[in-house]
Amino acid sequence: MADEKRVIVVGGGLAGLAASIRIAEAGMAVDLFSMVPVKRSHSVCAQGGINACNDVARQQGYSEYQHFDETLIGGDFLNDQHPVLEMTNWAPKIIDLLDRMGVPFNRSHEGFRDLRLFGGSLFKRTHFAGATTGQQLLYALDEQTRRFASEGKINKREFWEFLWPIVEGEGEDARCVGIVAQDMRTMQIQSFRADAVVMATGGCGLVFGKSTNSVICTGGAASRCYQAGAWYGNAEMIQVHPTAIPGADKCRLMSESARGEGGRVWVPAKKGDTRAPKAIPENERYYILEERYPKYGNLVPRDIATREIFDVCVNEGMGINGTNQVYLDLTHMDPDYLTEKLGGILDIYEKFVGDDPRFTPMRIFPAVHYSMGGLWTTYTAGDYQPDAPMSGFKPGDPIPVGNEPGLGMEVGAHNNAMTNINGLYAFGEVNFAYHGATRLGANALLSCIFDGLCNGVSVVNYVREGDQRPASEIDQSVFDNAAKQEQGKHDRLMDSTSTGSGDQKLNPYQIAFELGEEMNAASTVVKTGPGLEKCLTKLDELKDRYAKVELGDGAMWTNQSLSFTRAVGDMIIIGEAIAKAGLLREESRGSHYRTDFPERDDERFWKASVAKFNQETGKSEIEFVDVKAGLVKLRPRDYGKTESSAAPAQKEAVGAS
Amino acid sequence: MSEAEAYSYDAEMRKANRAKAVAGRSVIFKIKRCDGPGKATRWESFKVPIEEGANVISSLNWIAANPVTVDGKKTTPIVWESSCLEEVCGACTMVINGRVRQSCSCLINEYAPREGDVMTLEPMSKFPVIRDLWVDRARLFNNLTRVKAWVPIDGTYNMGAGPKESHEQQQMRYALSECMSCGCCVDACPQFTKEEDESKWDSSFVGAHAISQARYFNEHQTGKELKGERMDALSGAGGINDCGNAQNCVKVCPKGIPLTESIGAIGRSATMHAIKQFFQGKK
Repeated sequence: MADEKRVIVVGGGLAGLAASIRIAEAGMAVDLFSMVPVKRSHSVCAQGGINACNDVARQQGYSEYQHFDETLIGGDFLNDQHPVLEMTNWAPKIIDLLDRMGVPFNRSHEGFRDLRLFGGSLFKRTHFAGATTGQQLLYALDEQTRRFASEGKINKREFWEFLWPIVEGEGEDARCVGIVAQDMRTMQIQSFRADAVVMATGGCGLVFGKSTNSVICTGGAASRCYQAGAWYGNAEMIQVHPTAIPGADKCRLMSESARGEGGRVWVPAKKGDTRAPKAIPENERYYILEERYPKYGNLVPRDIATREIFDVCVNEGMGINGTNQVYLDLTHMDPDYLTEKLGGILDIYEKFVGDDPRFTPMRIFPAVHYSMGGLWTTYTAGDYQPDAPMSGFKPGDPIPVGNEPGLGMEVGAHNNAMTNINGLYAFGEVNFAYHGATRLGANALLSCIFDGLCNGVSVVNYVREGDQRPASEIDQSVFDNAAKQEQGKHDRLMDSTSTGSGDQKLNPYQIAFELGEEMNAASTVVKTGPGLEKCLTKLDELKDRYAKVELGDGAMWTNQSLSFTRAVGDMIIIGEAIAKAGLLREESRGSHYRTDFPERDDERFWKASVAKFNQETGKSEIEFVDVKAGLVKLRPRDYGKTESSAAPAQKEAVGAS
Repeated sequence: MSEAEAYSYDAEMRKANRAKAVAGRSVIFKIKRCDGPGKATRWESFKVPIEEGANVISSLNWIAANPVTVDGKKTTPIVWESSCLEEVCGACTMVINGRVRQSCSCLINEYAPREGDVMTLEPMSKFPVIRDLWVDRARLFNNLTRVKAWVPIDGTYNMGAGPKESHEQQQMRYALSECMSCGCCVDACPQFTKEEDESKWDSSFVGAHAISQARYFNEHQTGKELKGERMDALSGAGGINDCGNAQNCVKVCPKGIPLTESIGAIGRSATMHAIKQFFQGKK
């Protein structure tokens, strides 16, 4: 039942592809925009796996409900609860679907899907395909997309960059009716009509300079929607991975299993000691975690390891040769044992660093990894509406709710995963809904595919059943004006092409570098009020400099400098929302840690931060709104400290993603 | 460097280079540039200070921030494709010192250990250049469509689990599934020639990656349903018979995919397919 109505999906990672497939399957035409061939999207980087209740775990007392409960605790109760329940209820069915698509999930000897233990649970609930689960899932969806494209049901526009959502009307009537995009090769700017637009554009790691994200993860697309009036939720919630390999171009993950297998974290005891690590005798080394946490030593949980490594380098300046790096040392162990236990990850280190970690201590530092925050979205709650929220759930307790679709969210309700702008949806990492203040390992892939499959239905229903005017009837001038506006911005940037004045302060790469340095230092692992205020001042300075930025390339063909320079301006704006929300959230929760407010403050801050862009001032205004709860009662996030604090590093045996 | 020399530039040599890399040196990047389709190519050289852990990406980033050639001429940043920088997306493939590979995993210490050593960067040779080092690899993806590289599922509704699979079978399929469509195998293949005319793609050699992907899906219980159609495509013009058995593909594959095994397996399937068709009176 094909109709002339069309949906635009922006982004071709897991969320965008799952959405495209679902919407095309419903008989609606899809235009899929991506800056890269969709097979090269950032989802390929996820290593660890995808969580879902399964038959074995179920017989051991696990359930979809417990997965739901774990996700809320993991998120320190900042997640909206209903979408999470719906997601965890769908999870086993999503695994089944991926299985049918041919994903080579690891198998037990009997031929069933194998499972692994992952942080945040005592049950094996993580499905995986080697050490490249994200790649394998993305490929499965890419293949199905190719199939639909070959049948003419999905129209892929690869190497097209999203520039702006076309929004008609104001306030509650604001409605998205298309986008403006630019062909990255020909530089042609064009507007496209759509009855709904799905943003599936991922995270914003590049705001922090070098992160574990791909080079395309600037957050530029989300920032443009934000500047056009979409709200941005929980911007300050940024997940940092404790052990990444700092590279000259990006940071790459080093699995936490290196600590689990006996890796020792240290720096030279004498500041500025430039000797090679092996030349520094044992008594002149400072074993950071062992000295600060004698009981657990190198096996302290992730967030503590992250903070201490950060503290030693950034605050005390004791990093290796004054850099932000510490040693993660395995050289005291038998090389054959290391090869057997950690072979794969040690090879990755050697490939990208050029040192063999069996004989030379690795250098690591925490790196920005994931953005829990993103475009603010809403939904319609489902049928499960308990009289009172459930208090602490333990394995074996009676499960208060079933696992059928529609209990958490009303499946197909028009507003599920919709932003405050009608017809503008946010799926995947760019949707703020699922992970609260910290994301559990192996929940990211799930939330992306869930958004596409479940909320893709909402998009279809909104387009088919909504009483809004079809986009095809909207006056052409709306689209022409939007394209003109973007062309104007583009031309102004082109006019700024450097005449070679050589003012490095106006070089876009220099501005981006300073943005990353400042955001990393002030707004990641350890935050303080004064630090964030200083950061905001620096962002003002960068914004002023950016207003006079000089483009390095004036070509009218395949101009990557232009694309990057344009994104830098958008990154500064998102950076400001992140820093400002972090400044105003005077508590510590999940990934957000304020040394001046070290406790969780539910009274004041069991609330989502919602950033709104003031188009007059060009600044972010932050409000705090209640978390949508009612299903599970608030409780402390302590993971039964005494027994299990040592466990997480061992549990996450393979690269947590 | 000749092709043969390039191929012998192996892991041992790179390791030896690493050991003698000089700290604080500068390296010359000699880059083949082109402003766009139909435009002339030219070489530009840049002197790049090598920071610790530098790779080709970080060096290109440095040039972007300091776009001045060795002759002191101001120029534009280099254009190239990149995404993950972890050698899992395939985007940043180019020809480095004569050999096709990903630039993100290419450490300068392994290739240019001494002051003034030269790194030569060229675009892939079998695809049309868009600009500088960025080439148009649409044909690679087209070839995946040609061999129907997907599992024909009924739809996305909940229908229970997929087929059970043995551990061994999964391991075999996993080895094939890591193909990231980077195009190294076809760039190094003497039988795969540059073809800018899109209408000829479907009759030109399909390449090792697509043959291996056909095998990957033929080995899946549901994917097998399309085996006949895949073998039709691979038995025709530009199919398996165009392979000249040079075996370059397997040498340059960054993921160690057993491409020649796949070519052998598909060759056998093609024979079976032909016999079957003969007895069914189809040919």
